Amino acid sequence: MSLPFLIIAFMTVFAAAAAMSLRNLVHCALAFVVAFAGLAAMYLQLDAQFVGFAQILVYVGAIAILIVFAILLTRSGDTPNEAVLAPGWVYGIAVSVVVFTLLGWAVLNSSALPKQTPLAPVATVKDIGGLLMTKYVLPLEIIGLLLTAAMIGAVIIALKEPSPTANSGRKT
Amino acid sequence: MPGKIQQVIETFKHLSLVDKFDQIFVVLKQLVLACVPEALQPLVSGLLSVVLVLSVFPGVFAIVTVIERKGLGRIQNRYGPNRVGIPFTNIRLCGFGQFIPDGIKSLTKEDVVPYAADQVVHFLAPIVMLIPVLLAYAVLPFGRNMTVTDFDAGLLFFFAVGGAVEVSVFMAGWSSHNKYSLLGAMRAIAQMVSYEIPLILSAVTVVMIVGSLKLTDVVAAQNHYSFGVAHWFAFTPWGFVGFILFFIAALAESNRCPFDLPEAESEIIAGYFTEYSGFKFALFFLGEYLGMFAIIGLGVTLFLGGWISPLSFLAWVPSYVWFLAKMIAIVFMFIWIRGTLPRLRMDQLMNFAWKFMLPLALINIVVAGIWHFMSHDWQRWLVCAAIIFGSYLVLGRSLMRNQKLGKRTYRFAE
Repeated sequence: MSLPFLIIAFMTVFAAAAAMSLRNLVHCALAFVVAFAGLAAMYLQLDAQFVGFAQILVYVGAIAILIVFAILLTRSGDTPNEAVLAPGWVYGIAVSVVVFTLLGWAVLNSSALPKQTPLAPVATVKDIGGLLMTKYVLPLEIIGLLLTAAMIGAVIIALKEPSPTANSGRKT
Repeated sequence: MPGKIQQVIETFKHLSLVDKFDQIFVVLKQLVLACVPEALQPLVSGLLSVVLVLSVFPGVFAIVTVIERKGLGRIQNRYGPNRVGIPFTNIRLCGFGQFIPDGIKSLTKEDVVPYAADQVVHFLAPIVMLIPVLLAYAVLPFGRNMTVTDFDAGLLFFFAVGGAVEVSVFMAGWSSHNKYSLLGAMRAIAQMVSYEIPLILSAVTVVMIVGSLKLTDVVAAQNHYSFGVAHWFAFTPWGFVGFILFFIAALAESNRCPFDLPEAESEIIAGYFTEYSGFKFALFFLGEYLGMFAIIGLGVTLFLGGWISPLSFLAWVPSYVWFLAKMIAIVFMFIWIRGTLPRLRMDQLMNFAWKFMLPLALINIVVAGIWHFMSHDWQRWLVCAAIIFGSYLVLGRSLMRNQKLGKRTYRFAE
């Protein structure tokens, strides 16, 4: 537990808490960005350069912008007046605490968990790239295909069909 | 302590005269480091590099603003700023002192924050803009042995911090509660996201050939000469196309004309920083120019040999001079383009990015692979150039096919 770890951890948890408790949705999205950046800093602190920078590139650069765009395009800018917490929040917290304790207890007592911390493998960006292009090239390509298919599907759903019959069906 | 200083001075004495000029900043830094205790050395080393970056590039920014105004003036057949020289004297310096009153003006102006604005986000946006832009300078090799931090994933780091600029643009546009700001921010983000893809894909070719994301390795791979001409990547078929694609995408990423839709004055006032005044506006201005210099510096490093001289008999010129000279030359081309080309329309912008630049960048990646695996003779030049030229023709034709170009008709101005 070094000092940088504590600072980064506090920042990430605080931002994540803000992301779910702030009233204005855009503020929540911006707090989410801070949480993403905190996670990236955590990876970098663990010497995982590739994952850290990919986290910033993908999540801060793309996902956060996507979230913000989705908020702006679907809702008006006014902040809602109802309470941030749902009525049954006490029960929710109780259930989540119970589940977390159970899972934590199960994980800590699992025999599958190695008791000694293994030595950190020295993985350079070049090694990761080499493995992705040789050993794991098929999973990588399948993921790429899946994402492309999802993107084309989204475009087709959003596409307005310029068929001549569409106008005649709707007479209002 | 004195022993170390002696050692640094001794090694400096043994360098040749050319190397003495080339390495003077590196040696000065070592000299300062030799004077501080061991524990403080990483801190002082980092601080010195940061101070250098923070003083040199805003200085370049100040001069470039004057060059831009004068250059645009000349292109538009007027003088541009030509009055202000050194303060309190009669020396005019052709108006190159103009940045001093400009800076004082923006510092002393009133900082107006709109009543409806989101105060916190409005305040944070210029800061969030400037920090990632400055971070990007950390990995650029400015000269021989002159890189602030030289780590394995340098190129990835550069693009990662570049992604944070989009967040700041959104923050500025949204928090102002102004429709023009929001429109400008939307335009800027759409443009940046679209042009980031050809930008990164054109840089990927260099990574494929060099086999490293480290920018010093990229420069080292270009550091040899045949017939007295340096092996810049821009002099190969794939590198030439990559450089052109990178250049256009860099223009769009830095919101420069003809891609200046996000701040089109005649349409949406000033885009996402409409509601910023005084020093915050100056910060946006600074951030935009520093981002432009950083991306040009990356382009110079990737395709134009970084700090390497183009001709072997010019190798005596210090490396940092070459880097800055190449950077300023490209900045000058940016200004020239701004004075020459009209603004694109939104659909033209998107069609160009997705239907022309993206396919060409993908084909260029394949060409770089072919270049890598073919034997080193004239045939690979022929094959690669033929593929690129053919695909350029096909893509260009298909992009122009549905365009109905003809005489422009005016509705109201006749």
